[in-house]
Amino acid sequence: MKPTPSFNRSLWVFHLNSGSCNGCEIEIVATLMPRYDPERFGIKLVGSPKHADVILVTGPVTKKMADRVKRTYEQVPDPKVVMCIGTCGESGGVFYDSYSLAGPIDDVIPVDVYVSGCPPRPEAIIHGVVKALAKLERLEAAP
Amino acid sequence: MTGEKTKTVPYTVPVGPIHPALKEPVMFTFTMEGEQVRDVDFAPGQTHRGIEWMGMRRNPVQIVHLTDRICGICGLVHSLAFARAVEQVAEIEVPARADYIRTIMGELERIQSHLLWAGVAAHELGFDTLLYLSWRVREQAMDLIELISGNRVNYAMIQIGGVRRDITPEQIPKIRELLSTYKGLQEKLLQIFLRDASITLRCRDHGILSPQMARDLCVVGPTARASGIRMDVRVDYPYAAYGDLEIEPILPDRLTGEIRGDVYDRIIVRLLEIPQSIDIIEQCLAAMPEGNIIWEPKLAKLLLTLKKAKGEAVGRHEAPRGEVLHYVRMDGKESPTTWKVKASSYSNLMSWIPMLRGEQIADIPIIVASIDPCLSCTDRVAIVRGTGRSIMTKEDLHRLSVEKTRRLQR
Repeated sequence: MKPTPSFNRSLWVFHLNSGSCNGCEIEIVATLMPRYDPERFGIKLVGSPKHADVILVTGPVTKKMADRVKRTYEQVPDPKVVMCIGTCGESGGVFYDSYSLAGPIDDVIPVDVYVSGCPPRPEAIIHGVVKALAKLERLEAAP
Repeated sequence: MTGEKTKTVPYTVPVGPIHPALKEPVMFTFTMEGEQVRDVDFAPGQTHRGIEWMGMRRNPVQIVHLTDRICGICGLVHSLAFARAVEQVAEIEVPARADYIRTIMGELERIQSHLLWAGVAAHELGFDTLLYLSWRVREQAMDLIELISGNRVNYAMIQIGGVRRDITPEQIPKIRELLSTYKGLQEKLLQIFLRDASITLRCRDHGILSPQMARDLCVVGPTARASGIRMDVRVDYPYAAYGDLEIEPILPDRLTGEIRGDVYDRIIVRLLEIPQSIDIIEQCLAAMPEGNIIWEPKLAKLLLTLKKAKGEAVGRHEAPRGEVLHYVRMDGKESPTTWKVKASSYSNLMSWIPMLRGEQIADIPIIVASIDPCLSCTDRVAIVRGTGRSIMTKEDLHRLSVEKTRRLQR
């Protein structure tokens, strides 16, 4: 779905923990704090997936959470961007051989932007949001 | 009472596993009577990643990096407790300088974790300005941790037999600078948290955990100390450099002269532990000896020693949330035969039930946050068979445990 021009002016973010170790959670919250202050660009954390434009998914997706991750993804209205934060969401990371994983995340829901790191630094997360904006602009420019 | 929904009193309010008030997935089921919580049940297990199972297929040096990722807030506590267990099995003596560096890192971690918690608690009370203030000052501790270890979270400082990075003379003035900044902030933090009328009204006499209940439920760390139980692994069972230092367990009566075991007391204990950590780091910097930082820097040699090690041991550490315990048994193989992790939140979670009973629905977030829960540390078991759900009773778990002990003895 083609986004409207006003869409990418203020991205609202929903954070979804799919069984992460908390490292990425803490760095996401640290990103939203006064030192980096992404709210000046209109980026803020919202409480419901139904209000969100972007979902930040952390963690390797445990079997218990797989269905909930899918259901949360479906509740986010289109157009939407999925950002995978952290190495374990990309590949499983140190948990690669666990019996309890349904992921990596892109096995469960489609991912647009990957932010690597265990956990990624706040600067890397902001860089990921910039990439997401660039992707939205490309979608907007498409005929 | 799982998921049974009724429209008459008492009615059921489910919260989670994905909910804006929860940073981590956990499922609560509240039985409500009007605004009052009559009963509560919770189901953790959503973040179970099978860490112990994976560990028993890796060698101890690989496990150290896995232990870093049991919990992302405490990047040191699990690796320290695990390393201490393995060192006891393999009879490895840690150099004194490494012990001091471990202590300094452990206390820096406590400072950042308590500031993080203070921010979260303020957020749960609806005091977001204070969340921003606490997290802004926390960034300075994160900068110092990054300067010493090279990473903000999951610092990988611990290696079996010592630490992986030294504290250089150039870093010491930076550490002292941070300590004096925090000393200056201390009075301000106490002023804001403890003398604010709305925080006092929301926290005084709410979420009470009596000393008897705290003992019965075996709670640990600041949650236990706030209920008047004098326990602190650093004092009761000294390890690393703690045996050389002057430490006293912090109880809330130090400030107010009384112990009520409520949310307010838990705030006092955590806020007073920040200057205690500053004091410990200062003592460490003054007494830190020169010397090696690791027993054996060559990994191949270290692994060879660990491969030959036989025996069992327990490693303990006082994490910011309470005692962490790792049990390791090695039988002369590449990977340990048994590795059991008991995180601090595992002991503390059950205290939610007596704390929440009879409280108002609006007080749930702050009471839940008051024990500083960490679910990624805790989730050791999840049962997923097909799509159905099943509940294991205490008897089932006991039977499985007995069977496993028999298997190991064979």
